[in-house]
Amino acid sequence: VTVPDQGLAQLSDNLLFVTVIVYALAMLAFAGDSAARRSRRATAAVSRTTGTRTSPSRTAAAERTRAMAMAGGGDAWLPPAPAAPAPAAPAGERPAGRAGTIGLALTVLGALVHVGSVVTRGFAADRVPWGNMYEFSSATALAAVGVFLFLVLRGKVDRRVGAFVMLPVVLYLGLAGTVLYTAAGPLVPALDSYWIKIHVAAAVLASGAFLFSGVVALLYLARSRYDEKLADGASARFPVSMGAVLPSAQALDRASYTVIAFAFPVWTFAIIAGAIWAEAAWGRYWGWDPKETWSFITWVLYAGYLHARATAGWKGRKAAWVAVAAAVALIIDYYVVNIFVVGFHSYA
Amino acid sequence: VTLSDTSRAIDSPTGDHDATRLSTQPPPVAPPAPGRTSLLAPVRRTWRQLTSMRTALILLFLLALAAVPGAFLPQRGLNPVRVDEYFVAHPSLAPVLDRLSLFDVYAAPWFAAVYLLLFVSLIGCLGPRIRLHARALRTPPPVAPRTLSRLPVSERWETDAPADQVLEAARRSLRKARWRVVLRRAGGAQEQTAGALSAEKGYLRETGNLLFHVSLVALLVGIALGGLFGFQGTVLVKEGDGFASSVFNYDDIKPGRRFAAEDLVPFHFVLDDFRATYTEDGKALTFDADLRYAEGPDDDLKPYGLRVNSPLAVDGAKAYLIGHGYAPRVVVRDASGQVAFDQSVPCLPQGPTFLSTCVIKVPDATGEQLAFEGVFTPDTIQEPSTGRVTSVHPAADNPGLTVVGFRGDLGLDSGTPASVYAIEDRSRLEPIGDGTPQLLEPGDTWELPGGGSLTFVEPTEWATFQVTQDPGKLLALLAGCGMVLGLCLSLFVRRRRVWVRVSEPAGGAVEGRRTVVELGGLGRTGSEAFATEFAALTERLRASGSTTTTSTRE
Repeated sequence: VTVPDQGLAQLSDNLLFVTVIVYALAMLAFAGDSAARRSRRATAAVSRTTGTRTSPSRTAAAERTRAMAMAGGGDAWLPPAPAAPAPAAPAGERPAGRAGTIGLALTVLGALVHVGSVVTRGFAADRVPWGNMYEFSSATALAAVGVFLFLVLRGKVDRRVGAFVMLPVVLYLGLAGTVLYTAAGPLVPALDSYWIKIHVAAAVLASGAFLFSGVVALLYLARSRYDEKLADGASARFPVSMGAVLPSAQALDRASYTVIAFAFPVWTFAIIAGAIWAEAAWGRYWGWDPKETWSFITWVLYAGYLHARATAGWKGRKAAWVAVAAAVALIIDYYVVNIFVVGFHSYA
Repeated sequence: VTLSDTSRAIDSPTGDHDATRLSTQPPPVAPPAPGRTSLLAPVRRTWRQLTSMRTALILLFLLALAAVPGAFLPQRGLNPVRVDEYFVAHPSLAPVLDRLSLFDVYAAPWFAAVYLLLFVSLIGCLGPRIRLHARALRTPPPVAPRTLSRLPVSERWETDAPADQVLEAARRSLRKARWRVVLRRAGGAQEQTAGALSAEKGYLRETGNLLFHVSLVALLVGIALGGLFGFQGTVLVKEGDGFASSVFNYDDIKPGRRFAAEDLVPFHFVLDDFRATYTEDGKALTFDADLRYAEGPDDDLKPYGLRVNSPLAVDGAKAYLIGHGYAPRVVVRDASGQVAFDQSVPCLPQGPTFLSTCVIKVPDATGEQLAFEGVFTPDTIQEPSTGRVTSVHPAADNPGLTVVGFRGDLGLDSGTPASVYAIEDRSRLEPIGDGTPQLLEPGDTWELPGGGSLTFVEPTEWATFQVTQDPGKLLALLAGCGMVLGLCLSLFVRRRRVWVRVSEPAGGAVEGRRTVVELGGLGRTGSEAFATEFAALTERLRASGSTTTTSTRE
């Protein structure tokens, strides 16, 4: 029996703490970027209609207020970056704000620290770093951030979704690091198999991608409602008003599809690998254990999404709601089942 | 039409419907002409409804919804004890839920109705889709649309090379990139056109799509085979004991509906030793069962280390380790000093520290029959004030057996089956002595008041094994592999077409009049990957055309 390396375990915990802070800063930078774009757009609109220019200081102040509103509280601490864009520059001339670049850089930095946290955790316990709910959540968040970064850097997703992606990531990691926290330790015998490397790794990757796609689907819904309101000449209220700072509905829809089309085969593989493992461990490949059942429900819902997107009358918002429902099923699969339902998967 | 095909048919920009339809999804069926109604019409209409994508979608969502109650309510197939507990906790609600099969959701008729309808709908549309795809595989890529420049991507350039050579170079280049290519020479109508190439790629998308859905059907067949011809049995074996697999020797069996006793794979084994290790805070670390097993009755016994995640496989049957516990070895002597009982008594664990309960029945004692209720504690602590015995750790570091005894008539002659874990009939039993529990350590003997003795010799262990046979397992596994492969193909392969048209000035290439090459491509709408591929293709074709030019001029 290997005794967990306490020094490494402590290092892993500290790195996770740093990760959360860096992600939170990234979120604020992205939020500042969105606010700057929005005010730029507003300024442009005002200039066009009235021919007057808003004074730089007032624009900056408005941005600061909006950035705070985006950050979710009046007393939220704001880094200097988002609050200080060059306000004198004419609207629309900077395609991507500096704050957005900072947000992206911070996300990359955070992800690197996050990788450090996950890897040191693995070395501390001398096994794969996804053996309990805390580790699983951390790895899933890393997968989600990885998918987000990959898509942004490949130009498939606009960085404007950054704040909306990083907010749930920060909350999720915060929750994982406090409520679900489990000290580094060995695995229970049922988990001690090479299948944990395959089955759980696939599940982590697919879940991270699915959770990301769930956020994008929600953003699509907001943007699509926003477009509709705008076309009707009606004013949009929160959360639909978020649509103003989001990429086009079509781009969001495609991003959500791209991610789900990638994650669905991975999820299918995870379930099948799980079935093979269950066959080796419990003597049956499928037994409607609550975790299996919810994985199945999640799978069916994502299959429904892929079909819905190709069916007349289901494209667009209906399909997006299916993607959101599927992401909710996924969350139930992990948290509600592990914590509240007794089954074969109730470890840790 | 349950098959998802996101490569939507692209609205024809050229008026050439067939060429610009990338999908083999069948076109919407026109409603039958009125007036020609037959008796079969309503049946056909229902069939069309059932096999429509919309119905399939609804059925998919119904399937997800139908699976939900089974994840929250206890299920008989999974844990019958918890179903019984639910009945006790909710005496008025439980029978209602039971009538709705909510404790057997996945065996319920309404659940079966949903998935069977879904599969009928799936098979109903798989047939035509397979036919269409088979036809598409044999059909050469369609004739080039009249105006290639109206396609989503197109290029046009001029070259000095003769038309035939340009066409040949393009054909070779496309073939090398594994496009399916057809060369069509121009007819008389378009004098200036020397010919056109039609090329298509990505048939594997639909092949994968069909493979995925066929695999789903195969998976269902595999599951059904397991359900009909499979077998599951569980048995408790004490250290030192043997077990021969036969329907009668199991403690509990779940045979499939069509399972016959002679289908059971015969094998037998001896459990030599069972070991469990734990962390300091009592979490299980490892379980090891050392077996010796043989397939036939005359075969030599071979050793096998059975662990969780590493079952023993014998010719289609697999034995799994699914539980364990303690079996203290107890010797009981009657008043005359004769050994009336010498066995390891399996005790059932009651919690994570393996405080376990058991019953010792000694019907063979001369004189009155004896019975004992025992509590085995692997790591024993006795509270000095109350005398209560508890266990603090699951490992047998400080084992103790606490017993109370009874004397009288066990009522075993009545003929009703008796439990080995409980004394059911206490009416003719009297407590031994004053009924105070006796805590014994290994080697301790309790001299019974009124004669006889009980000795706690040593703690041994037992393990429960589950033996399963599932003839549909291999098919299910293959189906699972087919599903993943099919999914990857259908989601990552893109179907696309390109056309190359080469026109020559009338009367061959004359000074100053050059060969015109037109290239047009059709991919999924908004696909950047195709745009990139098309650009690379253009580059290659231009290069190959000019190379040919140079070589012919030599």
